[in-house]
Amino acid sequence: MWGYIVRRILATIPVVAVVAVVVFSILHLAPGDPAAVIAGDQATPQQIAAIHARLGLDRPFHEQFLVWLGNLSRGDFGTSIFSNLPVSTLFLQRLEPTIALTITTTLLTVGLAVPIGVIAAWKAGSWADRAVMTFAVLGFSFPVFVIGYILILVFAIWLDLLPIQGYRSLEEGLWPFLRHLVLPSLALGISFMALIARITRASVLEVLSQDHIRTARAKGLPTRQLLFDHALPNAAVPIVTIIGVGVAILLGGVVVTESVFAIPGLGRLVVDAILHRDYPVIQGALLIFSGVYVLVNLAIDLLYVVIDPRIRY
Amino acid sequence: MSSSTRASVTEAGALAGAPPEVEPHARPRRGLIWRARRHPTVALGAALLVVMVVIAVVAPWLSVYDPLAIEALARLRPPSAEHLLGTDAIGRDLWSRTVHGGRISLLIGIVVAILATSVGLVIGLVSGYNRIADAILMRLMDGLMSIPAILLAIALMAVARASIVTVIVAITVVEVPRVVRLVRSVVLAIREQPYVEAAIVVGSRFPKILIRHILPNTIAPLTVQATYICAAAILIESLLSFLGAGTPPEVPSWGNIMAEGRAYFQLAPWIILAPGLFLAATVLAINLMGDGLRDMLDPRFAKRM
Repeated sequence: MWGYIVRRILATIPVVAVVAVVVFSILHLAPGDPAAVIAGDQATPQQIAAIHARLGLDRPFHEQFLVWLGNLSRGDFGTSIFSNLPVSTLFLQRLEPTIALTITTTLLTVGLAVPIGVIAAWKAGSWADRAVMTFAVLGFSFPVFVIGYILILVFAIWLDLLPIQGYRSLEEGLWPFLRHLVLPSLALGISFMALIARITRASVLEVLSQDHIRTARAKGLPTRQLLFDHALPNAAVPIVTIIGVGVAILLGGVVVTESVFAIPGLGRLVVDAILHRDYPVIQGALLIFSGVYVLVNLAIDLLYVVIDPRIRY
Repeated sequence: MSSSTRASVTEAGALAGAPPEVEPHARPRRGLIWRARRHPTVALGAALLVVMVVIAVVAPWLSVYDPLAIEALARLRPPSAEHLLGTDAIGRDLWSRTVHGGRISLLIGIVVAILATSVGLVIGLVSGYNRIADAILMRLMDGLMSIPAILLAIALMAVARASIVTVIVAITVVEVPRVVRLVRSVVLAIREQPYVEAAIVVGSRFPKILIRHILPNTIAPLTVQATYICAAAILIESLLSFLGAGTPPEVPSWGNIMAEGRAYFQLAPWIILAPGLFLAATVLAINLMGDGLRDMLDPRFAKRM
């Protein structure tokens, strides 16, 4: 078991390295000279050359990359071209809304999608199952922002139940905090929910045809216990895997959702950075989001050992 | 779901009932139309897609107005007989803009699907063929797949000049690793097959085996994958344009129309909803086609999540 854990952790190193090289290379190709931007319109070629030397932009590619990596390891993501603040400071300011949104969305989606999928598998072929499968296909085809605007139209404009957009931090009270997160979480979560419900259904359906389920049913186990204590744990590995894969959808969706609902989080920061061509911010965001994705999937792979005692690579 | 199991049961029955001397190849092949009837969702998807494609193709004749023509006196008009889907903030006809947007979306979807599957096929075959190339390429693909798709596309667009071509290239880069993984898994599975071993024993060279025996096996799963990529590309393009990192703002793509409607959503929700619903319907149609194709062709490798 320890061998598996160590190997799995080591295996993330090349992935992270490739991400770092790719991210650095993409933004290295960016047109425009950051030194010229920093120096301003009136700068002489000498001043620009001095900034080049100060920032290390005159050094070869691989040296710049190593310097950049060294800075990263000290938590230095560079300086925003637009606001002139350290990128790490900008990230810390914007972190809270994004974390709140992703956590509420994950809880909402996993909490709803898994039971829905289990019930669909139990009632396979029934109208309930069809409804779930239809929802799964629809949910996967409706883009986050279309869902977002439909929700705003119905629940905020027509019914006037929830705020149209914006964010309230937890310090301003639990109720306003949650009220502002309901629609964004739903919009962001629906495609994720569709994915999880679909996999849960397929996975549980497969387990339900196995002998131990028949035995459990024969000895008169209540359905609820049968489904959630016997079937679901045995179907857990594919479900947990897809939750990990789906985190990429979630993280990408954050950028769009925060934009639709005017939530001042990391995703919104990225969108603003695109408009200003603020490359260090885009670079940093790319690294953070990919890092979270890699770590979540690492955690999930390690979780397998706990979920499924048969796994002993 | 139930229809697919029924189809496979009948096929198994036909096989069992066939006289033993008949080779498996000789079993009666059913036409695509027959199969489509057994999969009503596919038929629905196909019908919806045909409508979307026809609308896109005949867009210039469907649109009463020039999609770029500004009518200053008819700003933010709700849907009416004169303007089927209303007008936007500077008085452009939304119906005309939306049907033209379909052309751009479908064009990008189809081109990306073709490009990504072709590039992915070549890289995947090389990867399945050469161990050293495999080690390097797969690490690269793993890395690329660890960057959430939309963010990678945003970063690529941020360093490129906004144009339809750069959007196509950016989305292709995002989708290629998924194709490579698929093709590689097919190559690795097929090269263990007895008939491939037999071909090696009789002295066929590996490039020949790759083309004669392995390549044909990739076609079914790749077709399914290409369908999903087409849907994903249309989605990503609209997201990029919506966020201001996609096709140039003057192009009437669905994402751009929606981006322009954001400031007026409370006043004129139809600016966002009209292209949004067209977008969702198109993606839905293509996804239904993909699911149906997967069931029909039954490629064990194409279970893309």
